[in-house]
Amino acid sequence: MNELLYLGITEILENLRAKEFSAEELTCAYLERIQETERRVHAYLSVLGDEAISVARAADRKIRAGDHDSPLLGIPVAVKDLLCMNGVKTTCASRILENFEAPYDATVVTRLKDAGAVILGKLNMDEFAMGSSCEQSAFGTTHNPWNLKTIPGGSSGGSAAAVAARSCVVSLGSDTGGSIRQPAACCGVVGMKPTYGRISRYGLIAFASSLDQIGPFAKNVRDAAILLGTVSGHDPRDSTSADEPVPDYTESLEAGVRGLKIGIPTEYFIEGMNPEVEAAVREAVSVFEEQGAEILEISLPHTEYALPVYYILAPAEASSNLARYDGVRYGVRKDGESAYGSLFGMYSASRENGFGDEVKRRIMLGTYALSSGYYDAFYTKAQKVRTLICRDFKAAFDMVDIVLSATAPTPAFEIGERLDDPISMYLSDILTIPCNLAGLPGISQPCGFTSGGLPIGLQLVGKPFAEKTILQTAAAFEMATTHHKVLPPL
Amino acid sequence: MTYETVIGLEVHAQLDTKSKIFCGSSAAFGGDPNEHTCTVDLGLPGVLPVLNREVVEYTLRLGLAVGGDIASVCRFARKHYFYPDLPKGYQISQYEEPICTGGSVHFVTKDGREVRINLTRIHMEEDAGKLIHGDELGDPKHSYSDLNRAGVPLLEIVSEPELRNPEDAESYMRKLRTLVRYLGISDGNMQEGSLRCDANISLRLLGNEKFGEKVEIKNMNSFRNLRRALEYEEKRQSEILDSGGVIHQETRLWDESAGVTRGMRTKEYAHDYRYFPDPDLVPLTVDRKWLDEIRAKMPELPDAKSRRFQDEFGLPRYDAEVLTAEKELAAYFDRVVVTAGEEQAKTASNWVMGDVLRLLNEQKIAIEECPISPEQLAKMILLITDGVISGKIAKSVFDAMAESGEDPETIVEEKGLKQITDTDAIGSVVEEVLASNPDEVEAYQGGKTKLMGFFVGQVMKATQGKANPKALQEILRERLGS
Repeated sequence: MNELLYLGITEILENLRAKEFSAEELTCAYLERIQETERRVHAYLSVLGDEAISVARAADRKIRAGDHDSPLLGIPVAVKDLLCMNGVKTTCASRILENFEAPYDATVVTRLKDAGAVILGKLNMDEFAMGSSCEQSAFGTTHNPWNLKTIPGGSSGGSAAAVAARSCVVSLGSDTGGSIRQPAACCGVVGMKPTYGRISRYGLIAFASSLDQIGPFAKNVRDAAILLGTVSGHDPRDSTSADEPVPDYTESLEAGVRGLKIGIPTEYFIEGMNPEVEAAVREAVSVFEEQGAEILEISLPHTEYALPVYYILAPAEASSNLARYDGVRYGVRKDGESAYGSLFGMYSASRENGFGDEVKRRIMLGTYALSSGYYDAFYTKAQKVRTLICRDFKAAFDMVDIVLSATAPTPAFEIGERLDDPISMYLSDILTIPCNLAGLPGISQPCGFTSGGLPIGLQLVGKPFAEKTILQTAAAFEMATTHHKVLPPL
Repeated sequence: MTYETVIGLEVHAQLDTKSKIFCGSSAAFGGDPNEHTCTVDLGLPGVLPVLNREVVEYTLRLGLAVGGDIASVCRFARKHYFYPDLPKGYQISQYEEPICTGGSVHFVTKDGREVRINLTRIHMEEDAGKLIHGDELGDPKHSYSDLNRAGVPLLEIVSEPELRNPEDAESYMRKLRTLVRYLGISDGNMQEGSLRCDANISLRLLGNEKFGEKVEIKNMNSFRNLRRALEYEEKRQSEILDSGGVIHQETRLWDESAGVTRGMRTKEYAHDYRYFPDPDLVPLTVDRKWLDEIRAKMPELPDAKSRRFQDEFGLPRYDAEVLTAEKELAAYFDRVVVTAGEEQAKTASNWVMGDVLRLLNEQKIAIEECPISPEQLAKMILLITDGVISGKIAKSVFDAMAESGEDPETIVEEKGLKQITDTDAIGSVVEEVLASNPDEVEAYQGGKTKLMGFFVGQVMKATQGKANPKALQEILRERLGS
């Protein structure tokens, strides 16, 4: 592997400024790496070779002109294929958007471009971000770089796998119920879902609007902090984006955890949890203890309801958000039988052919939950329980600064293993979903490996807009351990 | 049997804001197809709505005008259905938490009854686009969608079922139009669709408390059609009930040319809209300070203006209602009174409601385009009261003003229309008239006093109408010895 591919953002920026290598050389190294790994990993749905090189050249000109202000100048990044990028295909890994070329940039894409980043391409995912394995992609599954027979997690499987495979420096994904943290855990990288509203959702193709949040993937905490700081902040195009100042997330990365209160929720050590995962998490707890953190047992009593609540609310919102894919204005249209009249025949045929099984399943679940006569029993009740889950966290955060758990109850499973069993697939997100329902920030970072060599993820959840505390805590763990330095056998 | 009619109206008023309700596209009427669109109103993947503050301000104006309860926090909801003019597959509207509830609309009927209709609610929503069917473009196999209108802000104003006849429904609708125009929030044009209405109508036996089964009527695009459709439906329903039949709840379309309502196929309206709060929009908070600012900027409303015209100017209620029905007409009238003086208000009202409105009708123009300025009309009225011209001559001065736009003084001067008040001058004409009509003089003196009119006419003819009528009467009586 080219040695340039080992470098983090800070080191790259130093080297670029010192003219040790050029942004173009770096981008070419990554494009070569993509060529080398994609046959096996399939993290990318599209690669922007020539465009990336010309952006890298522009970065080199800026570096020569003495630009020291662009935080990602010349850094090769990649984004999940549900982030719109002007003139580039944005498919959501769905047949229905197979030919959709976005005519505008998502706010995060604008911010990446403004920061000087070189966007290498668009990353694979479960269709419309619905899934935990990347197997629901209409364009082929992504393979886990640690073991090509296993899933990379999902839905942002491509974003996690690309960072793990060193086929981009950092990437962006999105997290609705764990879609950043669970694949980060599966692929042994750092993945963060910030507070709801921290990053603009404008240009993020919606799955469940009240839960979706964009976030960074990186091979270390510092890179995640830099990327997070670059794309965060209020956006007038997104009413749900928060008007909160964006701090320098890298500032306190070396501050340690002495005196920090870390809560361990008893409810998160669930039955059926993989013993190696549990052992790694317990081991992480003792690392924090050694570093001077105070460990407290806490309770989040409504945890068991998080999964059912999520599987009412997220599909309800999805059934609405996906109503626009009707074959009329963009995407794939299929003319139908005239059995329902030609218009409704076209709708049915376009949606039947355009959406995959999991997407259809969730549209049906959500349509049912919102139907008259069922709305109160499902949607309204789920909202009430969501409030109880929020209160659990609020009470917990009166006592602790961080809530610690495993990211997922098991390591990456084999491709195909859970495909016919949606419930077992849904259980992959049982530890990540509560955080989305409460709108809280959470991170997953590597905390060990199974005997089979698969990474294990540690999840740290913080108070609203306490990303800085979370990153500081994760950085302390990273400094005390070496898991993040192990590379996949690719 | 005797039935009581029960009518409730759902009115949609298109707001006159510069941009659309959830994006920056122009909300202007017309334009080439899809000219006024952007990523947001086209419903592209990934876009988000952002509420236009002006839409809320306009809505609050109406809410305050009808005395409704303004919610301190309200929400938007999604209403789902599939149609090619609805780009997102849902319309953003308000459902369980509208911005305004209650309030009422007051109007006076032609026969002078005062009616007050309570409102259920007022809420904000976005309009859909429209379809252009290919057969209009020589392409029968395709339809095209024009999304210029998609996202244009609408208010839905829902009345309680308190209207009792089609005429009142029309008056209510007219009053709503007056209100939105006074408030400057909508042009209220029914033909162009900026004011639309659906009506719910049912019949019940007089004295019954329970409402009958209701029918919804759509597609009435003028005040007249609203009344005609309701009159038709009233008759249709009473005939069914009289013959022992039952009314089925349904939606019917008004067919203007045939003058009938027709049932829609059930499939066309059998929707489950699956409303739920729009998660892309945060709850809307309206604080007292904002409301106070809007209240401070409110114009004088029609009811207050009508009361002022009655109390301060002593106008009859009918005059006051007619003059205040249009904000611009009321403003015109107000300016006439300012120049002519309050004591001339009733005369001014007669001129405005009579000759001015006739002139506008004939020329098919709006009051703002009236060739006679309110100041000119006022000066003309003062010429009458000062005895410079007679009321009769004033009519021709008015016509000349309408024609040339010149000041009344100029016209009177140029055409020599000044009234003859000089009794000597009138006296000599009277002498001439009496001398050339000896038979009539004799008949008059023999008791046929009705001939007074004849003599007046003759003198007026001889003076081209310029003789002061009062002076003339006196002189005639004197000379004829009665």
